[in-house]
Amino acid sequence: MMGEEFVPLSLTPLLIGICAAVACALPGNFLLLRRQALIGDAISHVVLPGIVVAFLFTGLIAAWPMMLGAAAAALVAVVLIELIRRLGRIEPGAAMGVVFTTMFAGGVLLLEQTDTSSVHLDVEHALYGNLESLIWLDAVGWQSLLDVDALRHLPPELPRMAFTLVGVLLFIGVFWRPLMISTFDESFARTLGVRTTMLGLALVVVSAIAAVAAFDAVGSIIVIAMFICPPAAARMMTNRLEGQVLWSVAFAIVSAIFGYVLAGYGPLWVGAADAVSAAGMIATVSGVLLAIAAVFGPCRHRAGSPAGV
Amino acid sequence: MTVVLARENGISPEQEADAARIANAPLTIRGLTVSYGDKPAVFSVDMTVEAGKMTAIVGPNGAGKSTMLKAALGIVPALSGRVNVFGAALETQRGRIAYVPQRASVDWDFPTRVIDVVMMGLYRELGLLKRITGAHRAAARTCLERVGMADFATRQIGQLSGGQQQRVFLARALAQGADLYVLDEPFAGVDAATEKAIISVLKQLREEGKTVVVVHHDLATVADYFDNVFLINTRKIAEGPVQTAFTAETLQAAYGGRLATAQVDQLGAAAALHTSQVGAT
Repeated sequence: MMGEEFVPLSLTPLLIGICAAVACALPGNFLLLRRQALIGDAISHVVLPGIVVAFLFTGLIAAWPMMLGAAAAALVAVVLIELIRRLGRIEPGAAMGVVFTTMFAGGVLLLEQTDTSSVHLDVEHALYGNLESLIWLDAVGWQSLLDVDALRHLPPELPRMAFTLVGVLLFIGVFWRPLMISTFDESFARTLGVRTTMLGLALVVVSAIAAVAAFDAVGSIIVIAMFICPPAAARMMTNRLEGQVLWSVAFAIVSAIFGYVLAGYGPLWVGAADAVSAAGMIATVSGVLLAIAAVFGPCRHRAGSPAGV
Repeated sequence: MTVVLARENGISPEQEADAARIANAPLTIRGLTVSYGDKPAVFSVDMTVEAGKMTAIVGPNGAGKSTMLKAALGIVPALSGRVNVFGAALETQRGRIAYVPQRASVDWDFPTRVIDVVMMGLYRELGLLKRITGAHRAAARTCLERVGMADFATRQIGQLSGGQQQRVFLARALAQGADLYVLDEPFAGVDAATEKAIISVLKQLREEGKTVVVVHHDLATVADYFDNVFLINTRKIAEGPVQTAFTAETLQAAYGGRLATAQVDQLGAAAALHTSQVGAT
């Protein structure tokens, strides 16, 4: 795999996969500790009808209309969730579940009724993305990384995902302290003057941006898995938030690399003919890592567990 | 000049000094109403916390003790009411208030260590990006020593007992270096040693001239621990020094039939009851 074809065929999908995984795992740490982990799941489902409607309006699969459609759908979803929660007096988790499954189902129906055969937009794409097709045809080898002409033809998903990752890193880096304090003890954070409602909203918005950007590049499976699996596994490796976030990044990167390699070469190793979906394999690897951490992680016992267990 | 004017208005200098003291009190609450759903949890409550004193907020379960304080500190929204802290708007005085929430209100599985929790008390000093220095860590350690938890600095908070967790919360409040300390049920479910440690730290704070407000549920210790008492049952029932505000009548008014007279006697309020009867005859 390190041969001539690595840079054009595998380098960009790998980097995009890594950026997407890390961009989702980072806010996932806070969402998980706030018991809002399903938000990533919700957003990645909810954006489907937005993207389909954006396609209906513009007739093309371009980044900006899709992003705008996705953002609009996410907004609609947030409003709907609040409405259902308040009017129906239903707990937030259930309200979220109702809204995102309904909107995703609506998106699937729209997709079926729309002639999208001419473009690469279908349910499978929504779930798995098209990581393997994000190749860099202009590259001939490692030297292309220094070739301005070739760099200009990088798949646009790579700079977009990298840009998103930088934004997520900046947000979490700058607001680390208030994020940590308000996640642990919201009342106390408020008495310190932290605007916890705004901060919580900002966290959801940043997660939504990461989810939409990743959805566009790699599909909703990776988004759902990366918001939850690396942070949950990381929690069992350490008892400090700093450590948890670093472990979650490590798990996300390992999932992306192993998942991609296993998807591409794994089936060949066991004698099967075709490669499997990289997104699916990356999500699976992250789940396996979570299982391993749950069994062997040094900090997997919770305060509530009986002594000595 | 002001004094002369005041005299002309028939207001004595003592009354004026009194008014100034109330105006600059650590915490004044006027007409505070808070509601969850349709039912008011706190209705039109006035409270004036006296500087340099320890005040207990007492009342039956669901009487709005915690809710009143949370609304006063801007943690939950109030329907109406005015709150002043040291004579100024709450937002301008954030740095002078240290709040200790109920222990059960946070998830103790949170991945953080004892010392990190205490460092949270330095947030107003550190802000978003200021570097943590050795001086900050030393300050946090001193606060842990004051509550007798220095040996637990690097423990994960979930590994502590309830009493130890409560002490860590108190250490975090100490780290804030505030002038007004507001504690919500700090003695709930803690061991006797912790209760003693906490009350001794609170008394030290009082000696340093700080003001302490505590939501308290154990009627038996009110007279022992506190200077002032504030009785509440959705509405304000009584407010003032323990001797005058913590009497059989006020307790009966706050607790209604839930507190038999026999119990009131046991609560050390017997003396107060006696005095008030003498006063009535």
